[in-house]
Amino acid sequence: MSSVLYDAPGPKARTRSRIISVVGIVLLAGVLVWLVLAMGAPKASANGAVQPGLWDPTRWDVFTDVQVWRSLGGGVLATLQMAGAAAVIALVLGVVFCFGRAAQHAAIRIPSTIILEFVRGLPVLLMMLFILLVFATGAYWAGVLGLGIYNGAIIGEALRAGIQSLPRGQREAGLAIGLTPLATRFRIEFPQAFRQMLPIIIAQLVVLLKDTSLAFIVGYSELLRVGVKNLPDFFGNRYAFSFFLVVLAIYLAMNLSLSWFARFIARRSGPKSGKLVAPAPTLTPQDTLASTRGSYSTGDAGGVGSV
Amino acid sequence: MDAVIENLPVFLEGFKNTLGLLIFSGIGALILGVIVAALRISPVASFRGFATVYTEIVRNTPLTLVLFFCAFLLPYLQFSPPFFVLALIGLTVYTSPFVAEALRSGINGVPVGQAEAARSVGLTFGQSLSYVIMPQAVRMVIPPLINVFIALTKNTSVAGAFFVFELFGAGRQVTNDRGDEVIAILLAVAFFYLVITVTLGQIASRVEKKVAVLR
Repeated sequence: MSSVLYDAPGPKARTRSRIISVVGIVLLAGVLVWLVLAMGAPKASANGAVQPGLWDPTRWDVFTDVQVWRSLGGGVLATLQMAGAAAVIALVLGVVFCFGRAAQHAAIRIPSTIILEFVRGLPVLLMMLFILLVFATGAYWAGVLGLGIYNGAIIGEALRAGIQSLPRGQREAGLAIGLTPLATRFRIEFPQAFRQMLPIIIAQLVVLLKDTSLAFIVGYSELLRVGVKNLPDFFGNRYAFSFFLVVLAIYLAMNLSLSWFARFIARRSGPKSGKLVAPAPTLTPQDTLASTRGSYSTGDAGGVGSV
Repeated sequence: MDAVIENLPVFLEGFKNTLGLLIFSGIGALILGVIVAALRISPVASFRGFATVYTEIVRNTPLTLVLFFCAFLLPYLQFSPPFFVLALIGLTVYTSPFVAEALRSGINGVPVGQAEAARSVGLTFGQSLSYVIMPQAVRMVIPPLINVFIALTKNTSVAGAFFVFELFGAGRQVTNDRGDEVIAILLAVAFFYLVITVTLGQIASRVEKKVAVLR
């Protein structure tokens, strides 16, 4: 789909755009090649000893060792385990927070609002440290609880925004057929809000998976600690860069596939599902990699509600 | 409580560094983000592709990994400014795609009719962007942009683990000295963070209300 911001390019403009494209790609590839070569060049350190370049086989031979892959796999498992446990806690807490904040009694609503604002304004890392030091839970539970509480608050906000955005008639209809206010919320409003907010919730779970790397700092042996700390410490620092690249690749593979899944869900059950309307036209071209609504890491899933 | 009062200068020093990280990397991310956003809506396909790939890769990399690269591997590649500058680089790069996404969603929020009207009175791509689209988009973009900066404030805490002495680092150091008053110390650190994030949040919601009236 072409954008309304500029004319459909004619033959001249197409040629020009193609030339700029080619020049741009060549420039970019040139910079990349230069970077790769520069990193690959052997370099002399101050005392005259020459170190092999970063692409030298002696820096990569460690990856033929099965033990290395086994420890990396262990790191991935530890990361996924933490993310899974934290996701369950975050979902449960999100529902609790959502009901607490939308409650009718001020005695429930006001404290939960204060707790929510408090939790959302703090770094996850600080919460992990707090749990680690105050409750002496060990690194695993500090990470799980920190991530769970923080993301629970954000999911709760998202769900509340979902409930608020429902048409008023839904609640009125529920009350009119004689359901209690609580039953209306549970059986009429909440299921719709949850469905509507599912893409945002999954985007937040991607953020959660990414943020498990923070547990590195409180000392939990997940993928990052295993990959860039333990293994290079064991095999020697000259492998540090190779390990870094491999860990980066593993993280990208995990996160990109989960984001892709989030986008798939968003397309299937987004707010527009079930209606025969074309997606609203937008000003920028639709690209295949278009991302789901902003998922700021260690932040909020989009600008839902106000802080 | 006296552990907090005794160490108030330490906290204030950390607070100053946190603010420094926030302001400098905020400005850097804003500049880089505007460039990336401009590339993303440009008519040239390869620029769009590059900006998209950059966005996807950076925002799917954990911040801890980015800062680890800056703090340990850049010095290893014989580039070693002070750790504060390294953390600034990491936070700037990490935040820029989020800024770009916020800008892009703001541009998308401008009704298509506005662009069509601008185009049909004969404005060029650059003119319709700078006279019609951007003045409207900037207003819509401020609240999500402030949300990005709130997230950045919280993200500066990660720099504390990589040799930068900011609030989180200050908290860690003081808790090491005074293990008996951990709760009070961490609550004090939390208070300083809330000073920044709650203020920014209030500004965001106020701006949001103003924009809502405008439209």
